[in-house]
Amino acid sequence: MGKVGIVSYGAFIPIHRIKVDDIAKTWGRDGETIKKGLGVYEKSVPSLDEDTATISVEAARYALARARINPKEIGAIYVGSESHPYAVKPTGTIVGEAIGATPSLMVADYEFACKAGTAAIQSCMALIETGMIKYGLAIGADTAQAAPGDALEYTAAAGGAAFIIGKDGVIAEINGTYSFTTDTPDFWRREGRKYPAHGGRFTGSPAYFRHIINATKCLMEKMGTKPEDYDYAVFHQPNGKFPRAVAKMLGFKEEQIKQGLLCPFIGNTYSGSSLLGLAAVLDVAKPGERILLTSYGSGAGSDSFDITVTDAIESFPREKAPTVSQLINRKNYIDYAIYAKYRDILYWE
Amino acid sequence: MGGEAVSRFWREIPQRYNLIGTKCKVCNRIYFPQREVCPFCRRKSIGKMEEVKLSGRGKVITYTIIHVPPRKFEGQVPYAVAVVELEEGVRVTSQIVDCDLDKIKIGMEVEATFRRIQDDGWTGAIYYGYKFRPVEKHEDKK
Amino acid sequence: MREVAIIGVGLTKFGELWDKSFRQLITEAGTKAILDAGIKGSEIDALYVGSMSPGRFVGQEHVGALVADSSGLSVMHIPATRIESACASGGMALRHAYIAVAAGIHDIVIVGGVEKMTDVVGSEATNILAMAADQEWEAFFGVTFPALYAMIARRHMYEYGTTREQLAMVAVKNHENALLNPNAQFHRKITVEDVINSPPVATPLNLLDCSPISDGAAALVLCPLEKAKEYTDKIVKIIGSGQATDSLALHGREDICTFMSTVKASREAYKQAGIQPKDVDVAEVHDCFTIAEILAIEDLGFVKKGEGGKAVEEGLTARDGEIPVNPSGGLKAKGHPVGATGVAQVAEIVLQLRGEAGKRQIPDARIGLAHNIGGSGASCTVHILEAV
Repeated sequence: MGKVGIVSYGAFIPIHRIKVDDIAKTWGRDGETIKKGLGVYEKSVPSLDEDTATISVEAARYALARARINPKEIGAIYVGSESHPYAVKPTGTIVGEAIGATPSLMVADYEFACKAGTAAIQSCMALIETGMIKYGLAIGADTAQAAPGDALEYTAAAGGAAFIIGKDGVIAEINGTYSFTTDTPDFWRREGRKYPAHGGRFTGSPAYFRHIINATKCLMEKMGTKPEDYDYAVFHQPNGKFPRAVAKMLGFKEEQIKQGLLCPFIGNTYSGSSLLGLAAVLDVAKPGERILLTSYGSGAGSDSFDITVTDAIESFPREKAPTVSQLINRKNYIDYAIYAKYRDILYWE
Repeated sequence: MGGEAVSRFWREIPQRYNLIGTKCKVCNRIYFPQREVCPFCRRKSIGKMEEVKLSGRGKVITYTIIHVPPRKFEGQVPYAVAVVELEEGVRVTSQIVDCDLDKIKIGMEVEATFRRIQDDGWTGAIYYGYKFRPVEKHEDKK
Repeated sequence: MREVAIIGVGLTKFGELWDKSFRQLITEAGTKAILDAGIKGSEIDALYVGSMSPGRFVGQEHVGALVADSSGLSVMHIPATRIESACASGGMALRHAYIAVAAGIHDIVIVGGVEKMTDVVGSEATNILAMAADQEWEAFFGVTFPALYAMIARRHMYEYGTTREQLAMVAVKNHENALLNPNAQFHRKITVEDVINSPPVATPLNLLDCSPISDGAAALVLCPLEKAKEYTDKIVKIIGSGQATDSLALHGREDICTFMSTVKASREAYKQAGIQPKDVDVAEVHDCFTIAEILAIEDLGFVKKGEGGKAVEEGLTARDGEIPVNPSGGLKAKGHPVGATGVAQVAEIVLQLRGEAGKRQIPDARIGLAHNIGGSGASCTVHILEAV
């Protein structure tokens, strides 16, 4: 029983995809230009019967399938999302019931744009360090909404990942974490409104880049590390360009970020984004490999983590649940009309 | 279910979310949904019914693709419903999802998945439950 | 136990009867039955009425009292009972009226069946009909009533090789029969292609495989056999009556393609009547969907399990076949005002056994059978009648 870390993980991505080309065509734009500009080819779309709760449950169930723990030993569940099905009534209660963790359970829902899931991990870590709980379940999942015709429509996607945090049977130790937070209004959604608004180019340098760079640099300073000390780096992925750019700025190489870069194939899964990237890395990581993870949530903040994979990953039964790669490859294309129906963009009573 | 009491749904959560059935400890038959009394053992089974969680894996016994839906299911048309026989021998009825409709066959292997079944409109509660998707061989590729 | 006769029959037209209310329909049928029986209203001892869901269709419950009132019988304060068993409400009402007369509790009893389905929009009617299914474990998931029968059809096709065309032939036959029934909802000849090309409802069933939404009412007057001669010469007696249940949900059945409720109810009726299935000269069976008629002729013992499709194809159940089924046009073509159906089926058998069925008369019909099903086979009544 050593450091607190990841005991198990699971991921889920809905089956439907829409190509950037098809969205572009609807709005009279050129698909090639958009794909080049965003670095995204297609994105995942939830069915009418899917939402953040269903995605969270699937991911959590997969995490439990791989873990050899009794769900009743989970002492806390935190679901981070910006598309919780209810504004009031936590997704965590639905997940808790669906995995058999109730009733001795702490639950609250988190919101911090795309980094609510990593915030959940931090809370679980603290509860475990203090001995208040044995295992914690942190989930980041979203079925992101974007205004029709807006630039975000090309990337707003659906998906999620669940992480069981604990001290017992850890497959990846969390050596340290650091968060950088400011009041930066780059992207937001007012209460009761359907679609988010954003500051256009303001979402770049003063928002995404400033927070990821600061959080990562401060973490590496705290840990006494340099970019070359890491085998993998996972950054929040709003599109295929930003994570590559920030990696370069920080001194990370393409080979380090490749495994965790999923956005080109599934779009931006918001609260699921960096966590799905982490799951993709854990799908292939070997003992001793070191991972740097920095999430970003608009509003704004970044959580950075320094993670080392343990020997326990050798006997970790990954095959009991689909890998991120298998989930990405499980797909069914739909056109814009079906997309509009599923995403409830059509007005009907 | 339109605007009805949420208590009716809440009561069935263990069954709808987790496929918790009951087993008669006298004859070992498994029932879903839960029963208070075994229809075969009757009074001998009183107090001898224990909860059992079903695996959610089964095969399609029969199915249909619905084109004329009940209210609130219009957006899903056409959708498939099936009678699925679970591993434990119990049969349930629900939708088949994440599958090309013309690929559904009698005998197809399926597994339970957690989905939104209905809701009471924009302001009402959301009712979750089980649907089934094909058991696929997962393929790695990127 | 006394023998019971049917001495009066009354039917309204079946169809979309916009200008007739629930009360008007049942009163019309009841009045016709009373006039046909030649009895006085004051001679009626009790009233039984079958109706599936007046509460949802017209917002009215307490219909036993309502029907007694509308028909002018509540001034005599007679007992009135409403019976519900989904689509078997009518047959069930007859069953319990029969039991009351046979047991000597009442003498002259009027039995009615009524449903007013067009006061709600079609999609609401679909939802109401689905209440015959299991709400928590079938309807909740989006299963409709046609979907249940469609699943039976698909399994029947898989297990026995029943073809899509054979299903369609049931509808073709019943439409043909209805051409000669002035009260039928549809007077339209259709072909197998018409059925198969009609819009899909729940595969493999198309629109023309499904009985329609209808308004209508039917009524019968029951009387102890020993008194029947005081009223009429054309006496038809009930020689067998059976009632049974099966699991509410289709997935609870032992065999998806067998309605044990039909099997049990019919065997009980055959035993009481002292006859075999082959002794039946004419039958009105519950064809809410084409597959239901195929299942019915198998489960009633007219043909072996699995051979229902072939039987229809070979004309066994045509008006000139070995066992004419649904000479009235069946639920498919005559219409299916749910609560009225069970009573209307028996009314047709009475007319056939009296020799009063007009152009659709089955020659020398002496023994007739009426088969009424609730839901996807969860309840069933079977009545066997004989001309005296």
